[in-house]
Amino acid sequence: MRYIPHTDADIDRMLRVIGAPSVDSLFSHIPAALRHTRPLDIPALDEVTLLSHLGDLGARSIPSVGATIREGAALSFLGAGLTPHHIPTAVDMLLCRSEWYTAYTPYQPEVAQGTLQAVFEYQTLVSELFGPPTGGDVAPFICNASMYDGASALAEAVLMARRVTGREGSLLCGALHPHYAETVRCYLAGLCEPGTLDAQLATVAMGADGRVETAELERALSERRSTVACVVVQTPNYLGVVEELRGIAQRVHAAGALLVVVCTEPLSMGVLASPGSLGADIVCGEGIGMAIPPSLGGPGVGLFAARADFVRQMPGRLIGETVDQEGRRGYVLTLSTREQHIRREKATSNICTNQGLIALAFTIHLSLLGRRGFVELARLNLAKAEYAKSRLTALRGCQLAVSGPTFNEFALRLRGPADEVAERLRKRGILAGVPLCQPSFGLSGLPDADKTLLIAVTERHRREDIDRLASAIDEVCP
Amino acid sequence: MTQSPASASPAASSPTGRGPIGTRHLLHQQPAIFEQGTAGRSGASLPPCDVPAVDPAACFGELSRAQPAGLPEVSEVDVTRHFTRLSRWNYAIDIGMYPLGSCTMKYNPKVNERVARMPGFAGLHPAQPLSTLQGALELMYRLEEVLREISGFARVTLQPAAGAHGELCGLMMMRAYHQSQGRHPKKVLIPDSAHGTNPASASLNQFETVAVKTGSDGLLHADAVRAAIAQHPGDIAGIMITNPSTLGLFEEQIAEITQAVHAAGGLVYMDGANFNALLGKVRPGDIGVDCMHFNLHKTFTTPHGGGGPGAGPVGVSARLVPFLPTPTVEKDGDSYRLDWHRPQSIGRMRSFFGNFGMMVRAYTYIREMGGAGLSQATEMAVLNAVYLRARIQDVYPVCSERPSMHEVVVTDKRLKKETGVQTLDVAKRLMDYGFHPPTVYFPLVVPGALMIEPTETESKETLDEFADALLSIAQEAAQNAELVKSAPHGTALRRLDETRAARSPRLRWLPASATPAQKG
Repeated sequence: MRYIPHTDADIDRMLRVIGAPSVDSLFSHIPAALRHTRPLDIPALDEVTLLSHLGDLGARSIPSVGATIREGAALSFLGAGLTPHHIPTAVDMLLCRSEWYTAYTPYQPEVAQGTLQAVFEYQTLVSELFGPPTGGDVAPFICNASMYDGASALAEAVLMARRVTGREGSLLCGALHPHYAETVRCYLAGLCEPGTLDAQLATVAMGADGRVETAELERALSERRSTVACVVVQTPNYLGVVEELRGIAQRVHAAGALLVVVCTEPLSMGVLASPGSLGADIVCGEGIGMAIPPSLGGPGVGLFAARADFVRQMPGRLIGETVDQEGRRGYVLTLSTREQHIRREKATSNICTNQGLIALAFTIHLSLLGRRGFVELARLNLAKAEYAKSRLTALRGCQLAVSGPTFNEFALRLRGPADEVAERLRKRGILAGVPLCQPSFGLSGLPDADKTLLIAVTERHRREDIDRLASAIDEVCP
Repeated sequence: MTQSPASASPAASSPTGRGPIGTRHLLHQQPAIFEQGTAGRSGASLPPCDVPAVDPAACFGELSRAQPAGLPEVSEVDVTRHFTRLSRWNYAIDIGMYPLGSCTMKYNPKVNERVARMPGFAGLHPAQPLSTLQGALELMYRLEEVLREISGFARVTLQPAAGAHGELCGLMMMRAYHQSQGRHPKKVLIPDSAHGTNPASASLNQFETVAVKTGSDGLLHADAVRAAIAQHPGDIAGIMITNPSTLGLFEEQIAEITQAVHAAGGLVYMDGANFNALLGKVRPGDIGVDCMHFNLHKTFTTPHGGGGPGAGPVGVSARLVPFLPTPTVEKDGDSYRLDWHRPQSIGRMRSFFGNFGMMVRAYTYIREMGGAGLSQATEMAVLNAVYLRARIQDVYPVCSERPSMHEVVVTDKRLKKETGVQTLDVAKRLMDYGFHPPTVYFPLVVPGALMIEPTETESKETLDEFADALLSIAQEAAQNAELVKSAPHGTALRRLDETRAARSPRLRWLPASATPAQKG
């Protein structure tokens, strides 16, 4: 076995030093009744056979995202919380340096300055995307070293809002990604007395424009006077619509609650004002689409930023700047008295690790794009999506499902059943979008969800790809 | 970087006679990425806009961004050098032995990385129709199968993103199980040697932690567990037990403990952090454990990534199966599907299907090793730890006389008494010898603990170098304690001021022009 270096002679020499007769004798203190006696039934494979086996398994799926749009075997317009972007070659090449991926949590800062500085830069970038602009009077946001993914980051944000406000209620507003809503529900169920979850967690419907219905929000807040810890709003939301955060924030703050904003498309921050500048208190989101290939949705990176004055209630690791004995700048894990290894059952979260490597990929990509490239890429996405919208809504019987402004994703109502149309297009090598009747990707409260496709358009799509989508939809729609 | 003169000493004092192993090499000072480059520079390569341009202000009005986010302005060359130089400041498994106890820093096979990047895995979108994801579903199904074979559990969910996430998932299922029985017990027994994630995960389910003291031999005793149960009659939700424990000891009384907890109506959660000690030797599902998380990044070689991503699948006994998170992967004839209709499920722990990229790597590793290879890994992991123990125990006393499994916990008590040198100093000095330090000051029940987990992938020569380094440091402590107390000397930076970092936190880079209010 190539990963185990021991020869028989090594083993004999080691056993002599130990004073043990055999390797098996090292396990003799395990009670015999507990010992597993038959060999594990898993055949071993050499590298040639292994690659052939895994290659066969890989070939049984159809990749929709490749280094080029042609490398993906399908032309894909799938988004729904994971909009894949082109990841520049340099990102993975740098990620493949094993000083990054075979290191662990930087417990010993003198031999982990690489990871520490990179994550400090990540914290800065995410604060820049989501927080109020530096240079004003408002204190900037801070961001933690990352969470598992966007959905669990949101669950942690809701728990944090409960700690900050001392209240228990949460309102999930409008078109929130269904996985995020389900994850919040799952986390909160653990903290509620049986049967009280529905009293603590309510939803507020969206309006015909796909945005949060502010009258509904006001009603929900006043009904639950002084019990709401936070209001959760996604922007761009699950249907791609950009929410009017400032008005929402005013209503939320007037009720003494916190505004938690979810953003599953951080690239939108190239053209949209930051949630922090519009009144958000906590912003969380998902960065996988800007970091690595989609990998069936994981590993991702849970972005988590908040007002700096909430720092001691934040979950997760934080990296801070300091100096070494000789006064040189360096970085360390800090404020760990919030965390489980110190605070145990009183910790702000049970989270131990972060998603260091994916946070690094996100940081490298955004560094490459830079200040101007990030904005240009966002504008490119906006332009392509607007072009697609205009082409698709020109088709007979096709219209936007909701009317609010969108970034690079939108919901299209077809003249026929979305799942049937999607399946016919799949046979032509096009993944046209996510039918909003697909299991686990549906959105309750959306009229005609069974006729609606969620379509994401990015820099990866050329004009002719969009044209091809439009004519294909027209041809297969009943 | 300037080097302290003392940094030359490891070579002189290294008893291996192999010369310096240490960390001296060409290192660059590297400013923050935000301090590099110049206005207008970019490392972007974007396709041309082949559709009509759109003005964001016309679309979004007041919601459009007035001022671009403060990203760096650097070229691809700048970025490449920056992240390459930073990488060189990291210690990593590919550089040397990384005996961080409880973290199982074994070698991460290169073939795993190659497979995870195959388009048939990396290029899959989670919302694709299932007919286009059959290979991925089959891989998940097969991974569950091999994990069941290794652990003896009835089912395994692959969804949790990390060990602590798996603990949370397991406790949610335990809570749901009790509720389905019309019971609402509140107490979870947790030994005082447990990882902090255990009580923190319990709190997230509104369970109250009852700490159980380990015996003077370092083991958890059934009598202590029975006594704790007796104090909370009818209120025991379960126990969380790490086996082998964080002291590196097999919990020899686990059968009686399991029996006592079950008799009290409780369930047994096993923290699988140390499962590398048990492959092919003990199957937790066979010995009464109801629930255990695997750490794919420890036992099954998915890379630790500088702190993640990991993956924390959870195995369960038959009575917890109805409560598994949705969806589960099922096989119908030759095809694979997802089962969403699980009415008693706890629901969903996160988006999509879990850290699939980690599942691909772990499955690749398990299939390469095979059952016999995995058992061999456990045997050599234990042999390595027990060998290290034999080499160093005269100088660094062991925390317990009971046999060690895959890791050995020693203390600084003799060294500290005789020389004033402590665990932290030994850890820092090990860096000058070219090693990553072990886990220090954990478990909390062992004062001045050094928790050493060599793993099976280290050779006898490397173990000897490491043991020699530890013994040499003890000699240095006796002769020149200051040399050890002021270590490390050969690293890019010396000891860092952690108090200062916490007293006035600077958690992001700010331009020199930032206002005092922003700087906090």
